[in-house]
Amino acid sequence: MVSAILPLVLEDVELRRQGKRILGPVSLTLEGEGITVVMGPNGAGKTSLLRAMHGLERINRGRAVWQGGAEEVRARQAFVFQTPVLMRRSVLDCIAYPLILDGVERKMARARAETAASQVGLDVTLTAPASVLSGGERQKMALARALIRAPEVLLLDEPCANLDLHSTAEIERVLIAARDRGTRIVMSTHNVGQARRLADDILFLFDGRLIETGSGDAFFAGPETPEAMAHINGDLLP
Amino acid sequence: MNDIVEGLWQAARLVITLDPGLAEITLRSLQVTLTATVIASVLGLPMGAWIAVNRFRLRRFAIAILNALMGLPPVVVGLIVYVLLSRSGPFGVFGLLFTPTAMIIAQVIIITPIIASISHQAIRELWADYHDLLISLHATRAQRIKTLLWDGRRALMTAALAGFGRAIGEVGAIMIVGGNIDHATRVLTTAIALETGKGDFGLALALGFVLIALAIAVNLALHMLSGTERGSRW
Amino acid sequence: MMFKTAFAALSALWLATAAGAEELKMAVTTSFANSGLAEVLLPEIQKDTGIEVQLLVVGTGQALKLGEAGDVDAVLVHAKAAEEAFVEAGHATHRREIMYNDFIVVGPAGDPAGAKAAGSASEAFALIEEAQAPFVSRGDDSGTHKAELKIWASAGIEPAGDWYKAVGQGMGAALNTAAGMDAYIFADRASWLNFDNKAGLDLLFEGDPALFNQYAYLPVNPEKHAHVKADAAKALEDWLVSDKAKGLIEGYQIGGQQLFHFNAEAM
Repeated sequence: MVSAILPLVLEDVELRRQGKRILGPVSLTLEGEGITVVMGPNGAGKTSLLRAMHGLERINRGRAVWQGGAEEVRARQAFVFQTPVLMRRSVLDCIAYPLILDGVERKMARARAETAASQVGLDVTLTAPASVLSGGERQKMALARALIRAPEVLLLDEPCANLDLHSTAEIERVLIAARDRGTRIVMSTHNVGQARRLADDILFLFDGRLIETGSGDAFFAGPETPEAMAHINGDLLP
Repeated sequence: MNDIVEGLWQAARLVITLDPGLAEITLRSLQVTLTATVIASVLGLPMGAWIAVNRFRLRRFAIAILNALMGLPPVVVGLIVYVLLSRSGPFGVFGLLFTPTAMIIAQVIIITPIIASISHQAIRELWADYHDLLISLHATRAQRIKTLLWDGRRALMTAALAGFGRAIGEVGAIMIVGGNIDHATRVLTTAIALETGKGDFGLALALGFVLIALAIAVNLALHMLSGTERGSRW
Repeated sequence: MMFKTAFAALSALWLATAAGAEELKMAVTTSFANSGLAEVLLPEIQKDTGIEVQLLVVGTGQALKLGEAGDVDAVLVHAKAAEEAFVEAGHATHRREIMYNDFIVVGPAGDPAGAKAAGSASEAFALIEEAQAPFVSRGDDSGTHKAELKIWASAGIEPAGDWYKAVGQGMGAALNTAAGMDAYIFADRASWLNFDNKAGLDLLFEGDPALFNQYAYLPVNPEKHAHVKADAAKALEDWLVSDKAKGLIEGYQIGGQQLFHFNAEAM
C-alpha cells in the first residue's frame, strides 16, 4: 500500500498544560511500514504524544506535519482510546458509525460493520446495546470501529490495559493481521512483553522526551540508555 | 378526608360516564399543553444542545439566565403575555387575548427554559463522553449535534416530559391570558380553581384526580412508545 | 349549474355557521357568575340571537379595565360610581341598569357579635367591630368589596386590626376562608346560596335597602376600539331588557329563593 499521508514529521513538538511541560520538545519522522511501539514509564508522555500526532491536543510549540490535504489526513487515520468510547447504540451501530458519518447508506454500513466485527473476532449479539460488552469485547468493538474506514495509520493508546491474557492475545492477532495488510500502526504499551512481541520499531519516552529510538530487535538486545535498560528489566527508577 | 373519598368517587363517575363537560376541558388541556410542549421542544432541545457543545463568550451568562428563567413565576409570565396581547398592547391587533393560542404562548414561555436547561445538562454529559471520539472521527458540527440529540433522545424525552408536567398543571398564567371562559378557554386547572372558589371541593378534587391520571397516562404512553426502561441503561 | 348550486349551498351553510358562531366577550363579576344565572341565560341568548356570549369572570375593577383596553365587547358589573366614571371617560357608550340582587351579612351560627338583632347594615357592622369578631373582607377592589367599604363608612368605622382580614380574592375563596376561620363576611346572596362549603356559617343579616346591588350593562365604545362587536353588543342589550329575559331572571331560584329582581326600563 502506497501511503498518501505519510511520512508524518514532528518538529520540536512541545505540549504545556497549566504552565507545566508535559511533552517535548520531540522531533521524529514516521514512515515505512510495521508497528511502532511507544514505551516509557507512567507519565512519560506516551498518551500525549499519540494524541498530538492525531491532532487531538493543542501543540504549544513546534509542529506535526502529515502529507496531503487536511481532509485526507483526517480520513485516513484512526485512533483507539485506552477506555473505549461507548455510544448509546447497538454494538453494530457503534461499529458502523464512522461509515454513517461518511454518508454510507445505513444498510450497507451495517453489513460492513458485521464483517468488521467478525474480523476482530467479536463474537457477541451485535444488536445488543454496546453497554453490555465486557472489557475485552469493548476493546475489540473499538478496534473494529477504527478499522472500518480502512485507515492507513492506526494509533492505539494502551489497547490492552486491564485485559486478560486471552483478550490480549486476540487483540495482538488482529493488530498483526492489520500490519500485514499494510496498515501503519503506532501504539503505546506499558507491557514490556507485548512490546517485545509486536514492535518493529521502538520510541522510548522518558519525562516527556524521546530519549531512545531504534528497531525492536536492537532495542531489546541492548538498550543504549540506562532508563530504557531499567524499564525493560522492570527496575524501579529513581 | 371525606372530601377526598368523595372526589375519587366523583372522578370515577365522571370518567365512566364520559361526561361531555369533562371530556371537553380535558381535551382542551391536552391540546394546549401538547402543542406548547412540541413548540417548546423544537426551540429548547437544540438550544440546550447548542449551548452544550459550543464555547462562546457569554456561555456562562446564557446558562445562568436559562436557570433563572426556569424559576419564572407563571403569574408574571401570564401578566406580561396579557399586557402584550391586550387590545391596547403591541400585539393587540391579532386579537389573541382570551384564546387557546394565548395560553399556548404563555406555556411555551414558561417551559422552554426548563426543556433547554435539562437538555443542556444531558447533552453536556453525553458530549463529555463522546468528545474525543467525535473529534477523532472528524464529525462535522451538524453531525455532532445530530448524533448527540439522537443518542441523548431518552434524556431529551425526559426534558420534554418535565416541560409537559409543568405546563399541564399550570394555572396562574393561563387563568390570566385565557380568562377561563366556558367552552372556549376553560381547561382542567382553571376549572379546578373555579370549583374550589365555589366551595365545591368534591368536584374540584375529582378534576384534580383526572388531571393527575392524565399526566401519568401521557408519561406512560410516551415511555411505552419509545421503549425506555426496557433492560439496559438507555 | 350543479357546481353553482353546490357553491350556493356551501356558502349558505358557511354563513349560517358563521352567524351562529358569532362570539361576544363580556366581562362579568364573580358574584354574577357564581349565582348560576348565566347558565340559564346564555343558552337562551344563543338560541334567540345567535350570539355565543363568552364570559370573563373577574372582579369589577378588572372588568372595567378589560373594557377600557378593548379586550371585551361589553361589561356587566355592579358598582354605580365606577360605572358612571367609566361612561364619563368615554369607554362605554352608555350604562343600562338591568337587575339587582342584594348583599347579606354571613357569620358564625352562634353570632358572638349579635349582628342578627341589628336594625340596619351599618349597625350590624358596628356590632361586629365592637366585638372585635373576625371579619373576612374581599379586599380586591371588586363591586362587593366597594359595597362593603361603603357600609363601613356609613357606620363611621375605619376597619382595621387583627380581626379584619382582607384576603384579596374572589367571593368563593373569601367564603372558603370565612368558613375555615368561623368569621363574619359580607357576601352577595347568590354566591352564598350556591356555596357548598358553608361549614358553621349562617345568614345573619339581610333586607336593608342599603344592601341592594344594582347590575348594569355597559357596551364598550366602538369609537375607541374599532374591533368591538357593537352590533352584537346592541343585540345582547336588547335581549337582556326583553320580557323574555325578565321572565327568566325573576324566575331564577335557588333553594326556593328568588335571587334577582329585574328593573330595566325601556329607553
